[in-house]
Amino acid sequence: MSEFSLYLLQQLINGLTIGSTYALIAIGYTMVYGIIGMINFAHGEIYMIGSYVTFIVIAGLLGMGMVSLPIILIIALVVAMFIASTYGWTIERVAYRPLRGSNRLIPLISAIGMSIFLQNFVVLSQGSRDVALPPQITGGWNFGDPSVFEVSLSYMQVLIFIITFISMTLLTLFISRSRMGRACRACSEDLGMTNLLGIDTNKIIALTFIVGAALAAIAGLLLGLYYGVVNPFVGFIAGLKAFTAAVLGGIGSIPGAVLGGLILGVTEAMTSAFFPSEYKDVVSFGLLVLILLFRPSGLLGKPEVEKV
Amino acid sequence: MSQLLLDVNGLTMRFGGLVAVNGVNLKVKNRQIVSVIGPNGAGKTTVFNCLSGFYIPTEGSVMLKNEQIAGLKDYQISRKGLVRTFQHVRLFQKMTVIENMLVAQHRHLNTNLFSGLLKTPNYRRLEKDAMEHAAHWLKEVGLLEYANREAGNLAYGQQRRLEIARCMVTQPELLMLDEPAAGLNPNETKELDELIIKLRDEHEISILLIEHDMSLVMGISDHIYVIAQGTPLANGTAEQIKGNPDVIKAYLGEE
Repeated sequence: MSEFSLYLLQQLINGLTIGSTYALIAIGYTMVYGIIGMINFAHGEIYMIGSYVTFIVIAGLLGMGMVSLPIILIIALVVAMFIASTYGWTIERVAYRPLRGSNRLIPLISAIGMSIFLQNFVVLSQGSRDVALPPQITGGWNFGDPSVFEVSLSYMQVLIFIITFISMTLLTLFISRSRMGRACRACSEDLGMTNLLGIDTNKIIALTFIVGAALAAIAGLLLGLYYGVVNPFVGFIAGLKAFTAAVLGGIGSIPGAVLGGLILGVTEAMTSAFFPSEYKDVVSFGLLVLILLFRPSGLLGKPEVEKV
Repeated sequence: MSQLLLDVNGLTMRFGGLVAVNGVNLKVKNRQIVSVIGPNGAGKTTVFNCLSGFYIPTEGSVMLKNEQIAGLKDYQISRKGLVRTFQHVRLFQKMTVIENMLVAQHRHLNTNLFSGLLKTPNYRRLEKDAMEHAAHWLKEVGLLEYANREAGNLAYGQQRRLEIARCMVTQPELLMLDEPAAGLNPNETKELDELIIKLRDEHEISILLIEHDMSLVMGISDHIYVIAQGTPLANGTAEQIKGNPDVIKAYLGEE
């Protein structure tokens, strides 16, 4: 293969890595929007908290002298998912549920407030500076001719692919097969009717927040380990990107969120391959504008049909 | 046998200064088909909305089996055995027919999240029961062969019947149908007519009906209430209503 195509392959790998984590976060936006039609702007903060919890747990376990990396990672994952889910549930309970049924704008403002609150809460409790964790998973595979261009696929990237894939598969099974998933789908089609069939939809909505937060925590762990650094502000931009991914794919659609995340990730990687990397946000948000202009309901979203 | 199932007294609903429903009384006994009729805009659907918990009535009492249900949440009311349909079809269009039936039994599948994830024997048994119950009702309304179709792809008359079947799997004692014959052809209306009578006679539930199709109403109702401009106008058997000059006036206007 030529140097150019190897270079493209490398960027594709990098793009898919980031894109799959965008997808994990985007699912949280899209599920909540699908059911109650609101944008949970505090969702990015959940991702950030997931990252912090991961760092704290890993540093703590290493400090206690634990050496087995897989066990450390599993504990960190479980704890991060649990704590993030608790935050997700609490946010819904405290900041959104009391406002349900009011004008759509009001929960949105509450969400922005919640986002600012959580960001500052982490600044106060953890400090506003970058917190770094030495790389835990090092090494990888290199292929391609070293004299032309060497493509590297790190173990960390492979881990990201595997965990994302497993999470998405479990989520798909949950949504399509389980009784709770069935109720979630019913809620997203007609919340009022689901209520009338005797289902406590508040519980289903709470569950949606919990599942979304758990997925964001997984992304928090993966991206935290990938970049090796976290600060209280990473949630904002990651949240914005994931939100873009959700809109790109068609907000309300879970496969759309995944597709949108991957497209966004690859677009960013390809842009930074040929232009200064500062342009990547310009291109990805430009893409969003184009999609909204020509396909307002997103790639996989169903166009709103005017009900008679 | 003829105990009082639903007893509504002095039901009043005001929206600001507008009185939509004014002092409506309704009684539904066990195994009775009761209809509410009235000109368009009379407040029939508002009555339904008050009974099903969609609105909280401004005044009046709604007793279901001697228990006050006015002011309860809609899901609580449906758990007490009162379920309804709407003027327009509200199925879960993107889900299959059988899934629509299973969602309606959600609360009967009283298992926690983990037993669902782990598929414990108890969970499997409950799912199987729910499936059989769903199949039974799909057969009753003649939709069993469509079980795996997307609900949105059914013909309109079939969607109407699926709605009734979906209500029935929640095991109600009182089924409220809001204009179930709207948009049906004469054949489908006749089938609906037979289904409603079957529900009363074989499944021993009561039905409260809002309907404009007078031949349907007069043919199957045990008792009829007439509302005009939110106020009760008359009530009685089909024969009594047909001959009531006030009712004729409300429908046709004065000469």
